[in-house]
Amino acid sequence: MRLLSSSLAARVADVGSLLRRIIGAPDYECYLAHLAAHHPEVTPLSRDAFARDALARRYDRPGSRCC
Amino acid sequence: MLTLARPVRKLARMSTSVVSTRPPSRVASVLAWSVVAVAGAGALGFLALSRGEQVSAAWLLVAALCTYAIGYRFYSAFISARIFALDDARLTPAERLNDGRDFVPTNRWVVFGHHFAAIAGPGPLVGPTLAAQFGYLPGVLWIVVGVVLGGAVQDMVILCASIRRDGKSLGQMAKEEIGPVAGFTALVAVLGIMIVLIAVLALVVVNALKSSPWGTVTIGLTIPIAMLMGIYMRWIRPGRVLEATAIGIVLLVVALYAGRWVAEQPALASTFTLSGQTLALLVMAYGFAASVVPVWLLLAPRDYLSAFVKIGVVVALAIGILIALPPLQMPALTQFTDGTGPIFAGALFPFAFITIACGSISGFHALIASGTTPKLLERERDARFIGYGAMLMESFVAVMALIAACALTPGVYFAINAPAAALGPSVQTAAEAVAKWGFVVTPAELEQLAKQVGETSLLSRTGGAPSLAVGMAHLFSHSLGGSGAMALWYHFALMFEALFILTTLDAGTRVGRFMVQDLGSHLWKPIGRTGWMPAVFLSSAVIVAMWGHFLWQGVIDPLGGVNTLWPLFGISNQLLAAVALCVGTTIIVKMGKARYAWVTLLPLAWLTLVTMSACLAKIFSPQPRLGFLAHAHMLQASQAAGTLPAGVKTASDLARMVANDYLDAAVTVFFALSFIVVLADSAREWFAVISGAKAPRSTEVPFVQRPAVAGD
Repeated sequence: MRLLSSSLAARVADVGSLLRRIIGAPDYECYLAHLAAHHPEVTPLSRDAFARDALARRYDRPGSRCC
Repeated sequence: MLTLARPVRKLARMSTSVVSTRPPSRVASVLAWSVVAVAGAGALGFLALSRGEQVSAAWLLVAALCTYAIGYRFYSAFISARIFALDDARLTPAERLNDGRDFVPTNRWVVFGHHFAAIAGPGPLVGPTLAAQFGYLPGVLWIVVGVVLGGAVQDMVILCASIRRDGKSLGQMAKEEIGPVAGFTALVAVLGIMIVLIAVLALVVVNALKSSPWGTVTIGLTIPIAMLMGIYMRWIRPGRVLEATAIGIVLLVVALYAGRWVAEQPALASTFTLSGQTLALLVMAYGFAASVVPVWLLLAPRDYLSAFVKIGVVVALAIGILIALPPLQMPALTQFTDGTGPIFAGALFPFAFITIACGSISGFHALIASGTTPKLLERERDARFIGYGAMLMESFVAVMALIAACALTPGVYFAINAPAAALGPSVQTAAEAVAKWGFVVTPAELEQLAKQVGETSLLSRTGGAPSLAVGMAHLFSHSLGGSGAMALWYHFALMFEALFILTTLDAGTRVGRFMVQDLGSHLWKPIGRTGWMPAVFLSSAVIVAMWGHFLWQGVIDPLGGVNTLWPLFGISNQLLAAVALCVGTTIIVKMGKARYAWVTLLPLAWLTLVTMSACLAKIFSPQPRLGFLAHAHMLQASQAAGTLPAGVKTASDLARMVANDYLDAAVTVFFALSFIVVLADSAREWFAVISGAKAPRSTEVPFVQRPAVAGD
C-alpha cells in the first residue's frame, strides 16, 4: 500500500515536471538533480532565489515570441 | 520521466530496425504508404475539381493529414539524413553544456510541446480566415503544400544549424555565415517586422472588443488574473507555477461569466461599451505597462497561462471539427480571386500567399528554432520531429481555422469581415451589400446571430478573430451542448485569441524595448542599461509609439485598417522567412552540400517571387484600393478639391491618412530593400564557394562522440 501511494506520488511529480517544462517554467527539482549529479560541491539556491534567477535569465535577454 | 522515456525509445528504434529488415513487412510498409499517398492525392484532387456542390470538411482533413504524413516520412527524413546527417551518437549542446537551467537535455515530447507553444499564436488563426475570401481552395493548397516544402523545411534547417552551433540565434548566424552587413540588416528588419506585427494583432483585438462590454470585461479581467498569479508565485507560494496556473485557469472561466453578468446590467454595460479609439489607447497603455513592470508580475504568468490554453484549445478545436465534420459552405473559389474582394485588396497571386503566412511558412519561427529549443534537445535526430513535426502541427491549426471560417455561410462570413465602408451602418445595408456580391443573408439572420452570441452587432468585425469565434461557437455548441451555450463559446473563443495576442504584444513590446536600448546604446551608453528606469521608460515609450502609430492609423481608417496592415505584416513575415532561408542555404552550401541547396532554394525562390510582386503592387499599383501611392494621390485630389471621401470625418484626418499612405509605402520599400541586401550578400557567398574562390568551411562545433553506456 505504501509502495503504491509512493509510486503514485512519483507519477504525479513526473507529470508536474513535464507540464512545467512544456510551458517553460523553471524546474527547481531538475536543477537540484543536476547539481547533485554534476556539482555536488555547490550549495544550491533556495527555491525562491532559483525562481527569481530563472525569470531574470529568461526575460532579461531579448528572446522571441511568435505570431 | 527521462529515465523512463529512454528505454522506451530504444525499444521503438529497435523494433523499426527489425521491421525494415524483414521483407514481408517492407512490402506492407510500401503498401501502407501507397494508400496514404493515393488517399491524400485523391482528396486534394476531389477538392480541386468539385464545383457547385457542398464538400465535407472531411476531405480537407484527409488531404492535409495524408500530405503531412508523406512529407514527414520522406522529405524530413531526406533532410535529416542527406543534408545534416543527424547522428544520435553526436552529443547535443544540451548534453555538452548542461547547466540545469538554459541547456537541459529534455524528452522529445516535452520539447515538442514547448516548441509548439512558442511558435503557435494568433497568426495561423487569423490569416486563413481572411484568405477565405478567395474560397477554400487557394488557402488549403497553400497551407498544405507550403508547409511541407517551405515552412517545415525552414524551421527544421534553422533548428539543425543552431544545434550544430551551440544554440546560436538567427541574427548571429546571419552575421557569421553571410556577413556583418546581412547580420545588421536582418536585426533592423526584425525590429520593423515586430512593430507591424504588434500593430496588426492589436488591431484585431480592438476590432473584436469595440462596442462589446462582455468581451471587454472578460479580456480586461485576464490582466488582474495574471497579476494575481504573479503575486502568488512570488510571495505566497514561491515558484509553484502549476498551482498558480490552475488557479488562473479557474479564474478565466469566472471572468467569462463575469463578462456576461456585466453585459446584462445596463448601467455597467454602457461603461464598458468602448469605441475603437478608446480601446486602442488602452491597449497601448497595457503594452507600455507590461514592458516596464517586473516580468514576474505580468509577463511570466501570462506566458504560462497562454501556453496551457493554447494547447488545450488546439485539442478542443480538433475534437470539435472531428465530431461535427461540417460541410464547407464557402465555394472552392469566389469571384474575388480577381482582386476585388472587400476584406483585403489584391488578386489571388500574390496576395493569398501573403495573407496566409503562419501555417504555411513563417519567418518568426526561425527566431524560436534558434532560441530556446536548440538548447533542450537530448538527441540530434529529435530535430526532425520537433523542427518539421511541430510546424506540421501549426499548419494543421491553420487548416482547422480555414474549416471554421468556411463552415459559415458566405453571407455571414462577409458580413462579419467586410469593412463598414462596404457594408454600411445597418443589417439592412449589410444584407444588400452581401447580395450584390452574389451571396445570401437576411437582415433577420444577422440580427439573430448577433443575439445568439450575446453581441449587439457582428458587422465589420474585421480581423478574423470574431468570425473564427462564431465558427468555433457553431462547432462547439453543435458537438458539445445546445445553441444556448453559443454566447459562452463565442466569448471563450474570443478570450483565448485575445490571450494569445496580448501575450505576443507584451512580450514583443519588451523585446522591442531591448532592441531599441541596444541600438540606442551606440549613441549614448547609459541608454543600454536595462535596469536604469529613465532608459527603460524612454525606450518602452519609443516602441509603443511606433506600433501605436500603426494601430491608430488602422483604427481611424474607414476601410478598417486590417485591409492595409495585414498585407504589410504578411509581406514582412514572408521576407523574414526568406532571410532565414538565405541563412539556411548559405549554411548548406558551406557544409559542402551545395548539390542539396535546392531544398531551401525552392521555397526561397517562391517567396522572393511572391513578396517582391506584393511589394511592387502595394507601392505602385495604379488602383487606389491596392497601391499606397495611388491611394495617397486619390486623397490628395479630394484634398485639393476641398471635399472629404466617404467615411473620413475631418480635413486633418484626411491629411493624416495621406501621410500614412506615404509611410506605409516607405515601410514596404524598407522591407524590400532589407531583403535584397541580405539576398545579394548571400548569393555572393554562394557563388564564392561554388566557384571555388572560397573553400567550403563549416562553422559547426566539432563532433563529440557520445560515451558508450553499459547496455547501450
